[in-house]
Amino acid sequence: MFPILEAEFLAPEIKRFVIEAPRVARKRRAGQFVIVRLHERGERIPLTIADGDPERGTITLIVQGVGKTTKLMNLLEAGDAILDLVGPLGSPSDVRRYGTVVVIGGGVGTAIAWPTARAMKQAGNRVVGIVGARSRQLVLLEPEMRAICDELEIVTDDGSSGRQGVVIDPLCERIMRGDRIDLVLAIGPVRMMQAVAEMTRPSGIRTIVSLNSLMVDGTGMCGGCRVSTRDGTRFACVDGPEFDAHAVDFDTLARRNRTYRDSEAAALEAFRADPNSA
Amino acid sequence: MSANPLPPKQRTKIPRQEMPEQQAAARRRNFDEVNRGLTVLGASTEAMRCLECAKPACVSGCPVGVKIRDFIALITAGDYLGAAAKIREDNVLPAITGRVCPQETQCEGCCILGKTFEPLGIGHLERFVADYEREHGELGLPEIAPPSGRKVAIIGSGPAGLSAAGDLVRWGHAVTVFEALHEIGGVLVYGIPAFRLPKAIVRHEVEALARMGVDFQANVVVGKTVTIDELMDEEGYDAVLVATGAGLPKFLGIPGEHLPGVSSANEFLTRVNLMHANEFPSYDEPVFDCRGRDVAVIGGGNTAMDAVRTACRLGARRSLLIYRRTEAEMPARVEEIRHAKQEGIELLTLANPVAFLSDDEGFLAGVRCLRMELGQPDASGRRSPVPIPGSEFEVPVAMAVVALGTGANPLVQSSTPDLATDPRGYIAADPETLRTSKRGVFAAGDIVTGAATVILAMAAGRRAAAAIGEFLESGAWIDAEAVG
Ligand SMILES: Cc1cc2nc3c(=O)[nH]c(=O)nc-3n(C[C@H](O)[C@H](O)[C@H](O)COP(=O)(O)OP(=O)(O)OC[C@H]3O[C@@H](n4cnc5c(N)ncnc54)[C@H](O)[C@@H]3O)c2cc1C
Ligand SMILES: Cc1cc2nc3c(=O)[nH]c(=O)nc-3n(C[C@H](O)[C@H](O)[C@H](O)COP(=O)(O)OP(=O)(O)OC[C@H]3O[C@@H](n4cnc5c(N)ncnc54)[C@H](O)[C@@H]3O)c2cc1C
Ligand code: SF4
Ligand code: SF4
Ligand code: FES
Ligand SMILES: [Mg+2]
Repeated sequence: MFPILEAEFLAPEIKRFVIEAPRVARKRRAGQFVIVRLHERGERIPLTIADGDPERGTITLIVQGVGKTTKLMNLLEAGDAILDLVGPLGSPSDVRRYGTVVVIGGGVGTAIAWPTARAMKQAGNRVVGIVGARSRQLVLLEPEMRAICDELEIVTDDGSSGRQGVVIDPLCERIMRGDRIDLVLAIGPVRMMQAVAEMTRPSGIRTIVSLNSLMVDGTGMCGGCRVSTRDGTRFACVDGPEFDAHAVDFDTLARRNRTYRDSEAAALEAFRADPNSA
Repeated sequence: MSANPLPPKQRTKIPRQEMPEQQAAARRRNFDEVNRGLTVLGASTEAMRCLECAKPACVSGCPVGVKIRDFIALITAGDYLGAAAKIREDNVLPAITGRVCPQETQCEGCCILGKTFEPLGIGHLERFVADYEREHGELGLPEIAPPSGRKVAIIGSGPAGLSAAGDLVRWGHAVTVFEALHEIGGVLVYGIPAFRLPKAIVRHEVEALARMGVDFQANVVVGKTVTIDELMDEEGYDAVLVATGAGLPKFLGIPGEHLPGVSSANEFLTRVNLMHANEFPSYDEPVFDCRGRDVAVIGGGNTAMDAVRTACRLGARRSLLIYRRTEAEMPARVEEIRHAKQEGIELLTLANPVAFLSDDEGFLAGVRCLRMELGQPDASGRRSPVPIPGSEFEVPVAMAVVALGTGANPLVQSSTPDLATDPRGYIAADPETLRTSKRGVFAAGDIVTGAATVILAMAAGRRAAAAIGEFLESGAWIDAEAVG
């Protein structure tokens, strides 16, 4: 059992957890994730390690309630515990001194990008943050991002915070202007990451994305997380989750992520009807 | 000493006792065990067939040399617990091997009776006494030696890791088993389906080990959560056994393999066996909805057979096995092939997939195959399949499972630079002592041999345990020449 020490909502449907997991806390590096199973009948889902405190033996997870398991997790409070938690999984981000790094976070992708953005800053990079959300109240980790970014742009669909538009807009302007960009890290919905990849492809700006493929074991055993890349088939849980955006076949990823859409919808509906049934 | 009252002539007149089975029509839609187990009468009658050979050929066919004649004689004498103890001298997982060993190529394949009659049902009898022991036994736990003060880490909880743990803990060593998944048992829990190996049987073995003092730590991926060096240098383990199996799934590398609806057998079986997706939505993990749809499984081994029979149980309309050679070359146990056919599994042999086809929505819609014919024998001695040009045909299916075997998972090796591997990525270990290139580190089971069998993994685990025990006593480490 992995005790939850802190739990607080950062935004509607987005909750931050501090969980006791000493072995994971000691080893984790930016870009890695854990797989959790909440209860005896639960499924295994991957969640990025947003932060960790090796001394205290804790890790931080930030969860967006999108379906049954994440919504169930977001009902948990400090004092509750998670049945199974394994990690740190995946390869750590390749943190080096690149120069100027543009970090783009879409939705909960900001929480996934934040640990790497921070590591990039600590490695001596100039970090430009572009944080996108549907509306003001869904803008994640703004103070945390502000603290590590040399520049931060907020973009909302409805213009309720920052500028109105999508995260591609400020990126496009910077590229058109000829701003120096040595690396782009883009994490968010598949279609957002794909758009960023297309935007940076012509100028050959090195672009990294974190792929959210379906996972079960997280150790390279099932092959369910496989992604199609220019270099062949890769397993996101061990070879990734970060990949060169220009090598990724995003259409295939988007399609594979819909494999269980009917089951997922049914599970969510049943959960909505009776949250105690889980 | 023989308790068998019958003269040999009479013994050969008794027909081989049939294993009571769940009716095919019922079992093809449930996950209950197919074989129900011999009755006491069935078992004692079957045991009477044994000729009690002076030089039992059967024993030479068993990879661990179970004293088959002797345990059979104990069955004839009505001493089932004695028979179980006799098996346990050589085989610590009899309830499992009795169910899953490829007996037809091992013990039973060598039984003298088989030359003229049906071979003795050794597997069924082994299972009978092991089940009897579990259900009636008051054997208690084996004696545990006083604490040696030595700590051993075992990585992986499949048959190799479990059997090594059993020996080492009996000898008084402190044993911790680290397992990446949340459940203990390796392929026995995530791969082999419950209709062949009920999970309670594995759990029983694991609980017995836990009572003997083995510390099981699930949710630890060695190489990620902790490294071998950290276990030895910081956590004080004196020796490490790597028993991580051969879990890396192979794919065909043909167009369309990334379509939703195509999965590896590991993924499909893990969703169902480990995650209980067959009980969705009562359990949360989903599995591809096979109900009323057609499913193809590609391969001819036990894994393929397990996958196709699982698809049938999930409600598939048509469950099809696609295999490049003929039924005679299929590596699966003959009992599984027979059971599968009874359950209505269709075998499409001499066919090889060349592409997976998509529907308008981007989901799998079919498999395009080439017809094959058998050519010259290959390195494995089996006649190799040769494609017939222009023979392409399509099979419409909504789900396909690729069961082409597995390779070495590199997690432990890549995080342990001084652990030598062979060209295929398996850990190089001395065949006798199972020592690796790294002092204090041993390796056993599929991660050394490549995908093999439960009994071979068990045997290797026990050989490694003996070598580890010896190393802990003497502290001597002779670098094996073959290694490194
Ligand atoms: C490496 C990685 C890191 C992630 N980090 C975070 C994070 O820090 N915070 C966060 O909120 N989300 C994160 N996710 C996404 C998160 O795993 C999914 O939102 C979650 O699994 C959805 O489960 P559900 O039952 O709530 O929703 P469902 O309704 O079951 O699924 C909604 C969608 O989530 C995806 N999904 C479902 N099951 C899985 C699965 N087993 N593995 C991967 N994706 C799945 C599918 O695209 C699906 O359509 C991460 C995903 C990956 C692969
Ligand atoms: C579907 C299927 C059906 C089979 N049917 C039969 C049969 O009928 N008869 C038969 O004799 N054999 C059968 N086999 C083969 C047999 O199961 C294997 O040969 C045997 O299980 C190998 O045992 P092992 O202990 O070496 O490894 P495994 O059983 O593979 O166990 C290895 C364990 O190590 C864990 N692990 C891996 N990496 C790490 C890590 N880094 N850290 C921690 N833990 C780790 C894995 O999660 C796994 O639990 C079958 C195999 C499959 C897949
Ligand atoms: S362990 Fe396997 S091969 Fe040996 S006697 Fe038992 S069933 Fe036969
Ligand atoms: S070879 Fe067959 S008949 Fe002879 S002892 Fe073995 S099981 Fe009995
Ligand atoms: S999640 Fe199973 S191989 Fe990556
Ligand atoms: Mg879900």
